[in-house]
Amino acid sequence: MSTKYFEKNTEAAPLAVFRIFFGIMMSMSIIRFWSYGWIDKLYIQPKFFFTYYGFEWVKPLGVYTYIIFVVCGVSAIFVALGYKYRIAILIFFLSFTYIELIDKTTYLNHYYFISLMSFLMIFLPANVYYSIDAWRKGTSYQHIPKWTIDVVKLLLGIVYFYAGLAKLNSDWLVKAMPLKIWLPSKYDIPVIGNIMHHEWVHYLFSYTGAIYDLTIPFLLLYRKTRGIAFILVVVFHILTRILFPIGMFPYIMIVSTLLFFSDNFHHRVLAGISKIFKISKNYFDTNQVFSYSSIQKKILISLVSLFFVIQLLLPFRYLLYPGELFWTEEGFRFSWRVMLIEKAGYANFKIIDSVSGSRFYIDNDDFLTAFQQKQMATQPDFILQYAHYLKQHFKKQGHKNIQVFVESYVTLNGRLSDQYIDPSIDLVKEKESFKHKTWITPFKDEIKGL
Amino acid sequence: MKKLLFLFAAILFVVAGCSSSDDTNSDNPGTDTFNRKALLENIADNIAIPAYKSFKGEMTNLKTATSEFVTTADESNLIKLRTAWLDAHVSWQSVSMFEIGKAEEVSFRNFMNVYPVTTIEIEKNITNGGYDLNSVSKQDEQGFGALDYLLNGLADSNAGIVAFYSSDVNAIKYKTYLSDVVEHMDTLTTQVVNDWTGDYRDSFVNNSGSSATSSLDKLVNDFLFHYEKHLRAGKIGIPAGVFSNTTFNEKVEAFYKKDASKALFNANLTALQDFFNGKHFGSATTGESLKTYLDFLNTIKEEEDLSTLINNQFNLARTEASNLADDFSAEVRTNNNLMLDAYKELQKNVVFLKVDMLSALSIRVDFVDADGD
Repeated sequence: MSTKYFEKNTEAAPLAVFRIFFGIMMSMSIIRFWSYGWIDKLYIQPKFFFTYYGFEWVKPLGVYTYIIFVVCGVSAIFVALGYKYRIAILIFFLSFTYIELIDKTTYLNHYYFISLMSFLMIFLPANVYYSIDAWRKGTSYQHIPKWTIDVVKLLLGIVYFYAGLAKLNSDWLVKAMPLKIWLPSKYDIPVIGNIMHHEWVHYLFSYTGAIYDLTIPFLLLYRKTRGIAFILVVVFHILTRILFPIGMFPYIMIVSTLLFFSDNFHHRVLAGISKIFKISKNYFDTNQVFSYSSIQKKILISLVSLFFVIQLLLPFRYLLYPGELFWTEEGFRFSWRVMLIEKAGYANFKIIDSVSGSRFYIDNDDFLTAFQQKQMATQPDFILQYAHYLKQHFKKQGHKNIQVFVESYVTLNGRLSDQYIDPSIDLVKEKESFKHKTWITPFKDEIKGL
Repeated sequence: MKKLLFLFAAILFVVAGCSSSDDTNSDNPGTDTFNRKALLENIADNIAIPAYKSFKGEMTNLKTATSEFVTTADESNLIKLRTAWLDAHVSWQSVSMFEIGKAEEVSFRNFMNVYPVTTIEIEKNITNGGYDLNSVSKQDEQGFGALDYLLNGLADSNAGIVAFYSSDVNAIKYKTYLSDVVEHMDTLTTQVVNDWTGDYRDSFVNNSGSSATSSLDKLVNDFLFHYEKHLRAGKIGIPAGVFSNTTFNEKVEAFYKKDASKALFNANLTALQDFFNGKHFGSATTGESLKTYLDFLNTIKEEEDLSTLINNQFNLARTEASNLADDFSAEVRTNNNLMLDAYKELQKNVVFLKVDMLSALSIRVDFVDADGD
C-alpha cells in the first residue's frame, strides 16, 4: 500500500454518525439484555461457568455483575455522545469483553464482532467531529484521515465475506443443510410460512445467502450499486430476524452499513439530529483537518495492520487441525461461521473409582443450566472442562481415585446421531490446549469445501 | 435518499410487527404442509382427554372404595380398596406425562405421585393432625405413594393393616388421613380434567405456532422430561443405583405393594410409546403424531428413518424389561444387573428422542431462551 493512501483525508461525518448509532445500539442491547432477565439467568444463577482457554481468571461477580452491565451501558451512551470518548470506548470494550469472557456458553459471533469493533474504535478519531469532546475543547475537525473510516468498512467486509466463504461447503450447497431442518419449522410465519417446507425454498435461501454474503461488501463499496445493496442488506437482515432468534444483530448490521454511504448523506443525518436537538451543526463544520503526528501515525497504522492480519488469518486456523471442522469445532469460533450447523447432543458422564470399581452417572441438571448442557454436549472443550469440574466436585466430597468418562452422541445437520467422544478415555487425564483433541471420535461422513 | 430511509423505517415497523406475533395461530396451515393443529387435536381429543376421563373414573372408584373401607374397616373392604388403588395407579401412568396447562399450574404430578414417601412424616400427620396437603413440603406425604404405605405397608398381614383402622387407638385418625389423601387427589384430578374438558382444550389446540411457548414445543419437552426423569430414572435408574454409588431398592414405585412396580412401569412405557405414535387411548386407531410428523419431515430430509429407530428402541426396552421380576425392589436386591440392562435400553432412546428427534423437529430444549447466531 502506498504511503500516499495514508495521506488522504475525508469527511469525518460518516465516522461520527457511525459512533452515534453504535453507541445507541449498544446501550439498547444492554437494556434489552437486562430487561429479559438474562443477566441473572446467564451470569448469576449458573453454579459453574465455561471459561475460555487462557481466560480462566475471568469470573462473574455475583450480584455485582449488574454493575459491569451498568458501566457497559453508560459507557456506550458516552460513546454515542462523544463525551470523554477515548476512555468511554476503552471502558466499553473492556466491560463488554469481560462479560463475554465469563461464560463461553453464550458465545455468539455477533458479540465477538462488537468486541472487535469497539477495540478498533479505540484507535479511531471518532470524536473529533460532532461530539461533546469537540465542543468542549472548542476545536472540531471536519476532515480525518481516510484510512480511519476504511478500516471500519474493512472489518464489516471481512465479517460478510468470511461468512460467505464458510457457506461454500457441501452441506450448505448440495444438501441445503441446515436450512432444510430450520425452515420447515417456521411454517407459522405470516405470508411466507406456507412455502417453508418446499425444497426449492431451502436451496433458494442457501444459495442467495451465500451469494449475498460474498458480494455485499463489494456492492456497498461502489456508488452505483450502493442503493440496491442497502435494500438487500435491509431485506436480508430483516428476514433473518423474522426466521431466527438473533436479537439486535440485524439492526446493528443494518445501521453499520450506512457507513458506506456518501458524505452528503451523513451530513444530512447530522443536520436532522441537529434540528431535533437544536444543536448548531455549523459549529463543527470548521473545514479543519485532523492529523496525527508522524510517530502517532506509525504506531497506529502498525497496530491496526497487525489487527487485520490476525483477522484475516484466524478464521483459517482450522486448517491446522485434522478432522471435520463442523464435527470437532476445533477452530470454529472467531471465524464468522454463522448459522452453519444444526447440532444437538447428549452427554452422559460416568464417575468411576478406579480402585474399587464403583461407578455412578451424573444428572447434568445438578450442575448445569439447560443452555449450558445444550452447548456442552456438542463441543469437546466444554465436555473436557466439565469433566474436570466434576472431578473437583467429587474430590471435595471425599471421593477418591476419580475417573470421568463420557458417553456422548451428537447429530450434525440431520445425520443420525453418532458417538462423539471416545467413551474409553478418562477425561481427567486430558488437558486443555490448542492441540488436536485425539479423543474426539472421527466424523464418519464427509463434508467437502472450505 | 429520503425514500431509502423511509423504506428502511417502513420495513423496521413490519418486522417489529411480525416478530411480536410469535404466538399467532395459523388456522390455515396450507394443504400440503404438515398440519400441526391436527396433531394437537389428535393428542387432545383422542389421547389426553380420554385418558384423563378414564383416570377420573378410576379416581371415583377409589374414592368410593375408600369411603366403604372407612365405614367398615374389614379385610374384604381393604382388598377392594387396594384393587381400586392399583387400578387408579395404573391408569395414572397414561396421564402423568401431560404436565401441561392446569396440571403444570397445580404441580399435579408432584402431588399425585412422589416416591419414596416419608413414612415418619405421614405418621406424624396422622397422630398430630393439622396438616395442609396443599403445602409443597407435604408432596412426599401424599398421593399414590402414601396410599401404598397406608394400604400395604402398615403391617405384614391384611388383618394387621385393618387393625390400624379399627382397633388402633388412632384408628379414627388413620381413617381421616386416608380419606383426606384420597380426597385431595380427587380434587386435583377434577380440576385438571375439568380444565381439559372446558376451555383448555381449545387454547391447547389453537396454540399451534412454533414458538417456545407453543403447545407442541411445550408438550414435546414435557414428554422428554417425563421419559428421562420419571420413566428412565425414577422407575428404574434411581433404584438400580445408576446415579449413586449404591442401589436403593426402597426407592421403587409402589414399594410396599411389592409386586406392582413392573406393571406400573410397563403401563407408563406403553403410554409414552402410544403417545409418540398418536395411538388413540383405548383403541388401536392411530392419528397424527410425533411419528407422522417425523415421517413427513423425513420426506424432505431423506435421512435415516428415525421414527422406526425410536419405535424399535421402545420395543427393545420393553423386551429387556420383560425379564424383570414383578417386584423391582426384589430385583434390585437379587439381580440388579437385569435392572441395569433395562436401563441401558431406555437410555438409548434418550439419544434418539432428545438429540435426533428434537433436532429434526427443530424444537428447542426447555428454557433455553437466548439469542443465537
